[in-house]
Amino acid sequence: MRPTFFMDPSRCIGCRACVSACRECGTHRGSTMIHLDDLEPGLSTATAPSVCMHCVDPVCAKVCPAHAIQIVDGVVRSALKPRCLDCRNCVLACPFGIPRYEPKQHLQMKCDQCVDRTVEGQKPMCATVCPSGALTYGDYAEVTATRRGKPVNVFWFGGQRVETNVYIMVPPHEDSSRFDLMEYSQENGVQSAPLGDLKAQSQGGSP
Amino acid sequence: MSAPVAIPETDILKPRWDKYGPHPYDQPDDGWDSAHEIDHVIPTHCCYCGMQCGMNLLVEKNRVVGMEPREDFPVNLGKLCPKGVTAYLQVHHPDRLTHPLIKENGAFRPASWEEALDLIERKFKEIQAKHGKDAVAVTGGASLTTERAYLIGKFARLGIGTKFVDYNGRLCMVAAAGANMKAFGVDRVASPWSDIPLSDVILCAGINVAECFPIQTRYLWEAKDKGAKLIVVDPRKTATARVADLHLQIRSGTDIALTNAILRILIEENLVNPAFIAERTNDYEAAVAAAMEVTVEDAATLCGVKADDIRRAALWYGHAKNAMVLHARGIEHHSKGVHNVLSYINLVLATGQIGRPGAGYGTVTGQGNGQGGREHGQKAEQLPGQRSITDPAAREHVAKVWGCSPDDLPGPGVSIYEQVDKILEGEIHGLISFCNNVAVSLPNQNRVRKAYTDLDFYVNVDFFLSETGRYADVVLPCAVWAEDEGTITNGEGRVIKINKAVDPPGEAKTDWAIMAAVAKRMGTERYFPFNEPREIFDELRKASAGGKADYAGITYEKIEANNGIFWPCPTEDHPGTPRLFEESFYHPDGRAVFHGIRYQTANEIPDAEYPFLLTTGRVVYHFLSGNQTRRIGFLRDQCPEPYVEMHPSSAKTLGIANSDLVWVSSRRGEIQLPARVVNTIRPDTLFIPYHWGDRQSVNLLTNDTLDPYAKIPEFKACAARVSRTQGGPCEGILAPDVSVGVLNATPETTGDPAKPDGGAS
Repeated sequence: MRPTFFMDPSRCIGCRACVSACRECGTHRGSTMIHLDDLEPGLSTATAPSVCMHCVDPVCAKVCPAHAIQIVDGVVRSALKPRCLDCRNCVLACPFGIPRYEPKQHLQMKCDQCVDRTVEGQKPMCATVCPSGALTYGDYAEVTATRRGKPVNVFWFGGQRVETNVYIMVPPHEDSSRFDLMEYSQENGVQSAPLGDLKAQSQGGSP
Repeated sequence: MSAPVAIPETDILKPRWDKYGPHPYDQPDDGWDSAHEIDHVIPTHCCYCGMQCGMNLLVEKNRVVGMEPREDFPVNLGKLCPKGVTAYLQVHHPDRLTHPLIKENGAFRPASWEEALDLIERKFKEIQAKHGKDAVAVTGGASLTTERAYLIGKFARLGIGTKFVDYNGRLCMVAAAGANMKAFGVDRVASPWSDIPLSDVILCAGINVAECFPIQTRYLWEAKDKGAKLIVVDPRKTATARVADLHLQIRSGTDIALTNAILRILIEENLVNPAFIAERTNDYEAAVAAAMEVTVEDAATLCGVKADDIRRAALWYGHAKNAMVLHARGIEHHSKGVHNVLSYINLVLATGQIGRPGAGYGTVTGQGNGQGGREHGQKAEQLPGQRSITDPAAREHVAKVWGCSPDDLPGPGVSIYEQVDKILEGEIHGLISFCNNVAVSLPNQNRVRKAYTDLDFYVNVDFFLSETGRYADVVLPCAVWAEDEGTITNGEGRVIKINKAVDPPGEAKTDWAIMAAVAKRMGTERYFPFNEPREIFDELRKASAGGKADYAGITYEKIEANNGIFWPCPTEDHPGTPRLFEESFYHPDGRAVFHGIRYQTANEIPDAEYPFLLTTGRVVYHFLSGNQTRRIGFLRDQCPEPYVEMHPSSAKTLGIANSDLVWVSSRRGEIQLPARVVNTIRPDTLFIPYHWGDRQSVNLLTNDTLDPYAKIPEFKACAARVSRTQGGPCEGILAPDVSVGVLNATPETTGDPAKPDGGAS
C-alpha cells in the first residue's frame, strides 16, 4: 500500500499551518487546497482540517462530463486544465465538500496529495508542517503502530457507502462500520438549518 | 498612578508613518507564478519563538523566494506553525527600512549613515557631558542572536559607558529565571524536550502550548499516545486544555493556592519522596508549613475549581513513575511571578521528579533566544555566563576578557520598565534601543508613551518601523535573521546556529555592526574589533567560561555537526548537557532549595467598580508586539485585530452579543474592541491578545506592578470592566472575592458546552 494521509481532528490546534504551507507547494502558486473549519465557534476551540479523501470510487470523477478528473495510483488528481468545462459538477457531488472552483483560472482545484512532491520522495507540505499530527502522511503500518486512535476509511452517507484512500483517526472504541455521517448530521440538526442560522446559534445567539 | 496623557493617534499621524506600514504583504519576492531556479538551500531556524524550529530557506539570485520544511532537525522534524511557514515573507517586505531616518518636524526623512551617526554622536556626548554617563540608556531584546545579545551588554557598559541596560526578556522569562536561580542555582530548563514523551503525567501550568509553542504539541501527543496523562492549568479552555485529561480552569493568579493544596495532598497521602528530600534538598519544612496553612477545600474556592479535581491532579502527579512540570507566562506574568514558579518547583522537589529521563521540569521560553538572550549580560544586573555584576570575581574575569579594568564596568542598572521611571524622573535623557517594541509590550502604556515622548534623544534600531520607532529621533535600519549568522539558545538550552541566506537590503546593517559604528563615534571602538559573528562568539566563549552558562567548549562546527549543543559545555571535547541535575544542583552544597510560599492575591483584585479579572496572551498567528507578523498578509487575514473574550453568562448580563464593539477599561486606560463571546473562558475573566499598538493595545489597561525579585510586570491579572458605551456601566457582574479567609461560592465554569450560557450560575 502506498503512503497516504491520516487525519485526526482531535489533535488539530487550528493553527492553519497546513493552509499556509499548501500555498508554498510549487504547483499551487499561492492557492491553498486545504479546508480548516472551526467546528463550534464560541463553544469550543475544536477545529478540523480536510484534505481530499481520495475515494476508491470517486464521485467527482464519475460526474465529470469531460473526464477531466483522473485517478493515478490511488490519487484523485485535480481537473486537467484543457478538459475542465467549468461545470462544477464535482464541487456539488463530492460528499466531503472538498473541490473548489477557482474562477480566476476557470478550473476545479483540489488536494492531489502533492503528487509533484511525492514522486520526488518528499511528503506533502501540509502534513510535513502540521505541528500536532492532526494531518500525517505515511505508511499505514508505521502510523497505526504509534497511535492509539483507530484508522477509518469507510463512511456512510445514508445508504451510500464511500471507501477512501485517506484515513480518519477515530477513538479506539468507535466502530468504523457505524461511522454514518448522514445520521450524525441529522441527529445534530446540521441538515435542517441553513449555514447562516447555524453560525448564529453556535456563537451564543446574537439577537 | 499618573494621569492618562495624549497618545499618538493613528488617525491624525497616520500620513507620517503610512509609508512604513504595517502593510499586508503576502507573496514571495518574485510573485507566486514565477518558476524558481533555486541557487542555494540554506538550513537555518525560524525567527520567532523559543522552539527554534529548523527550516530551509530557498535562495535565488540573493533573494529568499520560499521555504521548505527541514526534517532533519530533531526538535520539529519539519513541522512548522503558520508563522514559521510565512516567516520568509518578511525578508523582502516593502515596509523594510533600508536607510537611516532622521525625524524633522515630526516626520522622518532618509539620511546617510554619516549624517545619522554625526547626530547620534553629538547628542549622546551632549547628554553625557551635561547629565553624566548613565543618562544614556541601552535596551536590547531576546530575539537577537546570542552574539548580539552578548554585545548589547558590552556595548552599554563599555561602548556607551552606562549602567542602564536591560532587555525585553524582562517581560518574558525573568520570573522563571529568578525562581530557577533561587531553587536550583542555575537558570535553565532541566530537561530536554525529548524527555516529555517519556513522562507518565505532564502538568502544564499557564502554558498555551497550541498557540504559543505549537510544535511542542507534538511531544505532548507522543506522550499521550504512550498513555501519559495531561493536566492543564489555565483560566481558558485552550486547544491544549481541550485535549487534557484534566483541566484545572483556575482563576488567574491563584496558582500558589493550587500548588500548596497539591503539596498538602502529596504530604497527607505519603506521596512525597523522603529519600530525595533528605539527600538532595534543603528547607523542606518551610514548604510544608506553608502548604498546611490552607485546606484543600479553601484552596479550591480561591482557585474557583473543584476540590476533587485538585485531589485528582495531586494523586496523578504523586503516583506517576515519571512526571514533568512545564510552565510559561501564565504563572510568570504576575507580581508574585517568582513565588508562583517556586511553588511549582516545590512539587517537583517534594516528589523528586527531576534529573531523570521523563522526570523533569522547565519553563518554555517565549522568545526565540529567550534563553541565550538572558545569559550573557544584557540584563541590568548580569555579566556573561549568568554571572552577577556585583560579584567582584565575575567583574574581574569579564574585565580581563574585555581588556578593561573592573573599575571601568558600571554597577547594576534597572529593569526595562524601571527605566521608564528613570526617564520620567529625569535621570535618563537619551536611549538607544535594539530589538524591542516597548510602545506595545510594556504595561500601563499611557505612562510608557509619555516617557518616550519625554526623552531628549532616542535612537531606535529595527528592520521595520515599529510603534516605538515612531517616537525616535533617529531610526537605524538593521538586518533580519536571514541576513546574518549567529547562535540562538532554544527553550531547552540547546545552542543552535542561524545561517545567513542573503545580504541586508539597501544600507541596512547587522545590529553588531551598528553597535560598533556607534561605539566608534563614542571613542570606544577598541572594544568592538569584530569582522564577523564568529569572532564575537569566540569572545563570548571566553567571557562565559567558568560561569554557570558555560559556552567555552561550543564551536559553530560542533553545533552544526550535532544539531545543536546543550550548555553547559566547558571544553571542546565535552558533549554538552541535555539533562541537568542528574547528580547535583548548582548551589555550592549541590542541593536544591524549597521555599515556603504563602498565597497572596494579585496586586489588584476585582471589585464592584472593576469586577472582571483581565488577562492577556497570544494568538497563534502573531508574535510578541506584532511588528513582524502584522505585516504578513496570511497571518493578518487570520487575525486582523484584537478582541476581548468573555463568557456568554457575563455577556448576557451586560447585554453584549458576539462581535459587538465594547469598551474595556481598567484604572489605567480604556480601549474599544469587538467582543468574542466564548464558552471557553471563566465567567469572571476577560482575555485580550496583546499583539497590537496604538489604541488597540491591551497594555493601556495592564497593571505595571512588578515582581519584587524579577521585576516582571503583572500582565496576567488586573481588574477591569466591560461596557457597551465609553465609560458606561458594568453592572450585575459579581466580583469574585479572592481575599484569604473570606471564601464565597464561585461560579461553576465547566458547564454544559451545548448550552449557550455554558450552564454557568
